[in-house]
Amino acid sequence: MLALLTLTTLVVPVCNLLVPENSGLHISTYTMTLLGKYLCYALLAISVDLVWGYLGILSLGHGAFFALGGYAMGMYLMRQIGSRGMYGHPLLPDFMVFLNWQELPWFWHGFHWFWFAMLMVVLVPGLLALVFGWLAFRSRVTGVYLSIITQALTYALLLAFFRNEMGFGGNNGLTDFKDLLGFSLQSDATRAGLFIASALALGLGYLSCLYITRSRLGRLCTAIRDQEDRTRFIGYRVEHFKLWIFTFSAIMAGIAGALYFPQVGIINPGEFAPLASIEIVIWVAVGGRATLYGAAAGALMVNYAKSYLTGAMPDAWLFALGAMFVLVTLLLPRGVTGLLRKKEGN
Amino acid sequence: MKSKLIAISVGCALTVSSLFSGQAMAEETIKVGVLHSLSGTMAISETTLKDTMLMLIDEQNKKGGLLGKQLEAVVVDPASDWPLFAEKARELIEKEKVASVFGCWTSVSRKSVLPVFEELNSLLFYPVQYEGEESSRNVFYTGAAPNQQAIPAVDYLMNDMGVKRWVLAGTDYVYPRTTNKILEAYLKAKGVADEDIMINYTPFGHSDWQSIVADIKKFGSLGKKTAVVSTINGDANVPFYKELGNQGITADNIPVVAFSVGEEELSGIDTTPLVGHLAAWNYFMSVDGEINDAFIESWQKFIKSEKRVTNDPMEAHYIGFNMWVKAVEKAGTTDPTAVQEAIIGVTVPNLSGGYSAMMPNHHITKPVLIGEIQDNGQFEIVWQTSGMVVGDAWSDFLEGSKDLISDWRSPLSCGNYNVKTGVCSGQK
Amino acid sequence: MYPAETCPCTFKTLLPLLLSALILLLAAPCHGKDPEAQFREGTTLLVQGDFEEKHTGIQKIAASGDQRAETLFLALLDGKLFHLKKDKTLVYATLDNSQAEIKSVLSGETLGTVSHRKIKKITINNSLRSQLKDLLAKIDLKSADARIRTDAVNKLMLSLSPASSSLLTELLETESNSDVREALTTAMAIVDLRSLDSDKKLLALGQLQGNLKPAVRNELQRLLSEEKDINIRSKAESVLSTIETKTTLYGLVETLFFGLSLGSVLVLAAIGLAITFGVIGVINMAHGELIMLGAYTTYVIQQLLPGSIGIALFLSIPAAFLVSGLTGIAIERLVIRFLYGRPLETLLATFGVSLILQQAVRSIFSPLNRSVASPAWMSGSWQLNPILSLTTNRITILVFSLLVFTGLYLLLKKSSIGLQVRAVAQNRNMARAMGIRAAKVDALTFGLGSGIAGIAGVALSQLTNVGPNLGQAYIIDSFMVVVFGGVGNLWGTLIGGLSLGVANKFLEPWAGAVLAKILILVFIILFIQKRPQGLFPQKGRAAG
Repeated sequence: MLALLTLTTLVVPVCNLLVPENSGLHISTYTMTLLGKYLCYALLAISVDLVWGYLGILSLGHGAFFALGGYAMGMYLMRQIGSRGMYGHPLLPDFMVFLNWQELPWFWHGFHWFWFAMLMVVLVPGLLALVFGWLAFRSRVTGVYLSIITQALTYALLLAFFRNEMGFGGNNGLTDFKDLLGFSLQSDATRAGLFIASALALGLGYLSCLYITRSRLGRLCTAIRDQEDRTRFIGYRVEHFKLWIFTFSAIMAGIAGALYFPQVGIINPGEFAPLASIEIVIWVAVGGRATLYGAAAGALMVNYAKSYLTGAMPDAWLFALGAMFVLVTLLLPRGVTGLLRKKEGN
Repeated sequence: MKSKLIAISVGCALTVSSLFSGQAMAEETIKVGVLHSLSGTMAISETTLKDTMLMLIDEQNKKGGLLGKQLEAVVVDPASDWPLFAEKARELIEKEKVASVFGCWTSVSRKSVLPVFEELNSLLFYPVQYEGEESSRNVFYTGAAPNQQAIPAVDYLMNDMGVKRWVLAGTDYVYPRTTNKILEAYLKAKGVADEDIMINYTPFGHSDWQSIVADIKKFGSLGKKTAVVSTINGDANVPFYKELGNQGITADNIPVVAFSVGEEELSGIDTTPLVGHLAAWNYFMSVDGEINDAFIESWQKFIKSEKRVTNDPMEAHYIGFNMWVKAVEKAGTTDPTAVQEAIIGVTVPNLSGGYSAMMPNHHITKPVLIGEIQDNGQFEIVWQTSGMVVGDAWSDFLEGSKDLISDWRSPLSCGNYNVKTGVCSGQK
Repeated sequence: MYPAETCPCTFKTLLPLLLSALILLLAAPCHGKDPEAQFREGTTLLVQGDFEEKHTGIQKIAASGDQRAETLFLALLDGKLFHLKKDKTLVYATLDNSQAEIKSVLSGETLGTVSHRKIKKITINNSLRSQLKDLLAKIDLKSADARIRTDAVNKLMLSLSPASSSLLTELLETESNSDVREALTTAMAIVDLRSLDSDKKLLALGQLQGNLKPAVRNELQRLLSEEKDINIRSKAESVLSTIETKTTLYGLVETLFFGLSLGSVLVLAAIGLAITFGVIGVINMAHGELIMLGAYTTYVIQQLLPGSIGIALFLSIPAAFLVSGLTGIAIERLVIRFLYGRPLETLLATFGVSLILQQAVRSIFSPLNRSVASPAWMSGSWQLNPILSLTTNRITILVFSLLVFTGLYLLLKKSSIGLQVRAVAQNRNMARAMGIRAAKVDALTFGLGSGIAGIAGVALSQLTNVGPNLGQAYIIDSFMVVVFGGVGNLWGTLIGGLSLGVANKFLEPWAGAVLAKILILVFIILFIQKRPQGLFPQKGRAAG
């Protein structure tokens, strides 16, 4: 996994930037951004797998953490536009100008510093997960109930971010980003940089999850997943472990979002849609839960299939996605990687 | 470990295989990109526009194509997913090398692809009525700006129907917000008092209208003629009109004028409770005229159904496509920069019997029609502007934009030039 | 703009006041002009003119005082007035497919049938429509139907003038219906309020005590802004404050009704889920799509039985139950039964099913919404008093959801199937040991829950769009209701649904529709932390 990732990290930007365009080995910017997107999805999938595969918490709201990370990044990028907006207002983003906002809302302050924005990328999803998890795990909300309230959480955020009064651009979201740390987002070099950053984040995320799952903590997680009560009786404070892992996973999702949105160029409340969160779970299920690399592979496979099918057979896409859900849960409870491992075992 | 490698490689191989496919292309055709959602929530509206484009391209090919070459439509499905719109736009321009793109419906999808078109310098023809406040070198807005729909409709209600009290009801997103901001400023400029304006926003797909309709009823019971200006979006309309009907509000006591309800939307509604309510557009299927009859006939033949209706965004594509064709012929090339220069001032017939011209601000001239909904799902045209109305990119009724103008001709060549400060901010 | 010779009937005097129309029709045709010529002139304008000329045409016809005017106006309002394309003759036409039976307007003789292409409808717009209605209101005042008479008087109330007094008195003399009399006295009192006589005003105020008609309130507010006399002011203020109090009170009743009605929709949508989720512990994400199937069934049956919307609606109830129920059983047999005991996997698999069902509907019926008509008895409202009216479709659905609830409750409590279902739910192994075929019971329960979802779809088709996204709009709300009410408890679902609906409607006026919904969601999230088992937790061993 890591070797492959390192390879891609090195090859793709080189092929994009240094290989001439008419060469057969040239990788277009389109492809590189696409791959960069997939890497962020993979990181997101790993974060879901960590809580679902290893801890048994089926979160149907991880899209919310992803989007919150993205919004924090988006706010930084909006502030970077400065007076280059359509109205040339030195302080306010365009959408605030044409809705006659007079001043910057308090929660937008500080986002012109990169370090502050990055802190928020980690803090906002992290704190939300911490508070939500603390409430939920303390009162031992588990299983399906937990899934449903995570869904309620992301749904509530969806509705909230759609409101224009919230000051996040409503349905149009944040867009028209210009540059990041002074580098133009439209240049290939910046894109390559973002690509490398995504690959690094994925690598680091993978390694830290690997470390967690292979350590004593990881074994404890599995114990919680399989027999929560028994683990509690042995004397472990189950809710603490759950809380920290859940928060860690939310932070990972937030980072994935922060890297994802500069590459796609727009963030919109649609990212909070419950459907989007369920789709993430599907990537993990298809790839194989409780195998971190499986989650990553699942994210790649499903998204590739989506890119391909929405182009080739738009009508069939939902049929295929639906059938994938049903068949994987029925026939491949351990996902595609489970299938491969079984073959290897034979 | 081996299984891991296989899994990852499968994923990557699939992805990488996409990189090199689609490179082969035939040089003898001119490619036209069609960027409309064919799945997801917007598929309802956008699929029709995709078919419209296919029909127009087909007809142009029958007439001998363009510059001696055949046109080829490249259809992609952005699946009502906004980031995917940007991805697919890049695919069309970079990979497929299309000469221009016709597409998008929602404002957010247009906002999503805008940076891509500006970066890669390509052309987008956007066919839907929108909130204005934008003018890009690379985008041509063939739908209505607020002054081509909302303001004439309000004028009609005020002057011809004597409306004194106003309910501005909309779905909470940018188009209604901006339109209502503009209308509010406009109404106040016309001397309407604050207490005679009621503004209300609801979420997407809102289905329980009981309290809001009751409020409207109370608001309208004060003896002054009241009207509702509705920027309610799509699915929320049916329950809204049903509730109006049930609470006894009919078109002759409180008329509703809508900006997002057209023939296509009406085809999925039992229109009985709607009869007499109004809509403002730049085109109605019921327009009398040979050119419209011919368009309807070829559409129904193309789609193989006599029941299919035509609507305003379809006309916008019709105008936009013909303008592009004419501009390419004028420029003698499909090069975007040349077409951008050539297209300003191009005039083509529209379907309501007049001529629409592309203005320097990349908006077009259109007539404004007001129709009353009939029980057969069609509109009876009750009023229309005497001439063409020029689309206004920057509203005169908004604080931030009243000093901005847009003119893409040299020497100004700017989408948002501030006449007070003399500064051109944004894209140049 | 308007001909000067039509002295009393110029635009200004005619339009705002129905009264002038009255003079026109009651008294005599305008002086100095041949009525027949005027009538003909009017009809010509109707055929040839634009909307403004049609307006004048209608005025002329009204002014002619001709007997034919009423029929003509009614036909114009109903869209039954046409003209022959070839010679512009004005005709009444009844369309029968592509043939039209026509009758001359001027002579009244039948002219046989012609193709519908040969004639063209005389179109009207809203301002003509209200002009016609104003003219016809005079006729309404004399209508045989007391309700129409009341409406006509209420309408008259919006445009009263001192001159109305004599007309009102005249009408009052012959009127026997109490509702109409009341409306007439109110109208007279309003006229008196505008007089200069203080005693008259005080007397009128006394009469208006507690009168809730909107016109009264408007009039009192106007009076208070102008009146100087301290006695009258204080009296008017007290009358107005009583009215305000009552209005607030009825406003609360109205909000409560709105809340209950929203709640009843939630209950209907959620109750099927309560069974599948609560009784057999299966999370059915395709529940929304089963609702959608029910709504589409209604659409199909309406297409099969055009012309009898009411019957079709009744037939839809069992049909939707069967369609959704059988689909549910199929889902259970093909997918869910392999996943018992793995709730999270069921959630994913049924989500897949929901996507397939959605796309299937899209492929079969097109992605466009389908139109489902409402029967006449379900539209309109039940007027309790001038400011409180309850819409009949909402009442019907409220009652319907209570009926469904009762039926389901009885089924589970009183029938042997219900007993088996409850037994399996409580202790599966023990039930099997007692000889209950658990697998069959599972399938039946799932079918029952799905069938109820189908019935909910029939109800929803009367309120909202029938389209592929219908299910998605309700699934999250349904889950919230079930979780809030307490899993496995029908009463919980009922109370939960109704209280969430009412809470939502009471929050809406001050928080707005969006924020109200967000607040409710946040409340549920917090509530679940406090009481993870919901409002009515399942008791005993089955819990947990």
